[in-house]
Amino acid sequence: MRFFEDIEVGQRRELGSFTFAAEGIKKFAAQFDPQRFHLDEEEGRKSLFGGLAASGWHVGSACMKLLVADGQRLAREAAARGEEIAIWGPSPGFRELRWIRPVLAGDTISFATEVLSLRSSSSRPEWGILEARNTGTNQRGELVFSVLATAFVPRRNSKS
Amino acid sequence: MSPVMNTLVFEDFKPGRLGSFGPRRVTREEILAFAAEFDPQPMHLDEEAASRSMLKGLSGSVWHLCSIIMRMMCDGFIGRTASLGSPGVNELRWLAPLRPGDELMLDVDVAEARVSRSRPATGIVTFRAVVNNAAGQALCEMVSPIIVRRRDEAAAEQAG
Repeated sequence: MRFFEDIEVGQRRELGSFTFAAEGIKKFAAQFDPQRFHLDEEEGRKSLFGGLAASGWHVGSACMKLLVADGQRLAREAAARGEEIAIWGPSPGFRELRWIRPVLAGDTISFATEVLSLRSSSSRPEWGILEARNTGTNQRGELVFSVLATAFVPRRNSKS
Repeated sequence: MSPVMNTLVFEDFKPGRLGSFGPRRVTREEILAFAAEFDPQPMHLDEEAASRSMLKGLSGSVWHLCSIIMRMMCDGFIGRTASLGSPGVNELRWLAPLRPGDELMLDVDVAEARVSRSRPATGIVTFRAVVNNAAGQALCEMVSPIIVRRRDEAAAEQAG
């Protein structure tokens, strides 16, 4: 992971892709979002989604999974160069989460993150606050998911 | 798809208090299982690393908490609502960490209910949901719309 000082507005990273298999969609939905269009192919076809659709929270969680994997990749690279590793803090929230198009069984979603703004934290001087737009695009190039997410990012020379 | 007699439709949602739902106990095991699958950051997986994190102790993934809120909303009222899905989440604030053993209660208000301009047979109901732990501390506040079928449309479907 990178430190606050290493990050610039506009930086974009491709995070990789996640395929939503029917079984995974139903398993997540049975646990967290048991609406009929997330549980059954026929009900999905009859719904506004037009097919078995992943819960929006499943889509957001898959994006998180790839964000974490990307951060761990960056941390390994930094460690290999003998650099100090930045451990990111928690997120205070997000806004404008949009499930733009349904994610249907068999879809492969490619996720990306782009830095929108950087500011210092008034209450926690050892941290900066980053806002990023995280997006998901399906195999047809259609935007399906977008969220403006905020995270605490450590400053390089602050150990307080 | 024939709605049962007590299915809630758009006209059943008026601005104001909708209800309180729960309790829902969250175990350490499920926090670890969700984190391992979707959010494998040390603060969600490892007691020692978590104790050194900003949140000072093992905490659940915020995407896990969102997914649990979704399930509480499904069990509380969406499961018996003519829900057609959600376009997104307007705003979400994480206020305090989810801890193993937390007993969650969800307070839900209807913030706004309006007929959809693009699909007049449906309405958009915007909910404000706050999840609290047993001590009454708010962990998360979410403002989120769902698309709900209107009464006339539900009646027409039943007749047809």
